[in-house]
Amino acid sequence: MKRALRLMALIVAVAAVTAWLALGAHRGWTRTSAPVKILDEVTGIEGVQYRKQFVPGLDFLGAALLAASCLAGASLFFNHRNTQQ
Amino acid sequence: MKSSLVSLFGLSVAAGVALADPQTFDFKDPKGVNNAGFKLDAPLEAIQGSANGISGSVTFDPENPAATKGKLVVAAASLQVPNPMMKEHLHGSQWMDVQKHAEISFETKELKHVKTTGDSTTAEVVGTLTIKGVAKEITAPLKLTYLKDKLSQRVPNMKGDLLVLRSTFTIKRSDFGINPAAPTDKVSDDIELTLSVAGAAAH
Repeated sequence: MKRALRLMALIVAVAAVTAWLALGAHRGWTRTSAPVKILDEVTGIEGVQYRKQFVPGLDFLGAALLAASCLAGASLFFNHRNTQQ
Repeated sequence: MKSSLVSLFGLSVAAGVALADPQTFDFKDPKGVNNAGFKLDAPLEAIQGSANGISGSVTFDPENPAATKGKLVVAAASLQVPNPMMKEHLHGSQWMDVQKHAEISFETKELKHVKTTGDSTTAEVVGTLTIKGVAKEITAPLKLTYLKDKLSQRVPNMKGDLLVLRSTFTIKRSDFGINPAAPTDKVSDDIELTLSVAGAAAH
């Protein structure tokens, strides 16, 4: 059980860091839409449209690392199974 | 010969006066490009977004830009930010209260320090800005660009002119009762507003 919790903690932490890096390493809040600029060539106005896109931010990374820490912490409440008996 | 020259001059003056009639530009944008942006400084990341629910009309005379008058309205519900929780708070009663105050508006009173070069005019516009039911007189820099006969390039099969308005200015959220309880070290009191809109006047 101890080992399983530590493995889960490692998986959660690695997955979160990988997802955060792969999806732009955004150092702000998590976004569920991204602003896309569109240029109107006649007037020169740059408009903004939002398209659905998940961009994890530091809050996502922090929550995932906290969850991983909780799992790793919980593993301390379990003793190693004595396999030599 | 002299009298016909005088008549010709009279006709051309009359035509000039007729051409100089003020035009009314409609700012409802079928292309959805017109936008009003906002930005507030905050510790982790600046809170910035935009609104594209813009309507209103402006009367503009290319021969007399100083006489420009009009009113622009932004639908408060069209305010958008990329974070869903932030958007919920923004539309909520403490911030913009969009259900109770559906419109943000600006109505001109006068233009000051008007300078025109070619199709572009810069000025300081004095008018009443109404946000969350609070009306305040403000002065903001304004750039007007008159694009004669350009409407057909934007909307096929429609002849007319375009008027582009651009302005960037700063207001205080506490002046308009926008969550005055929010500490300024978490969210700045200053809101930077940017307006980029084009209106059309069909012939």
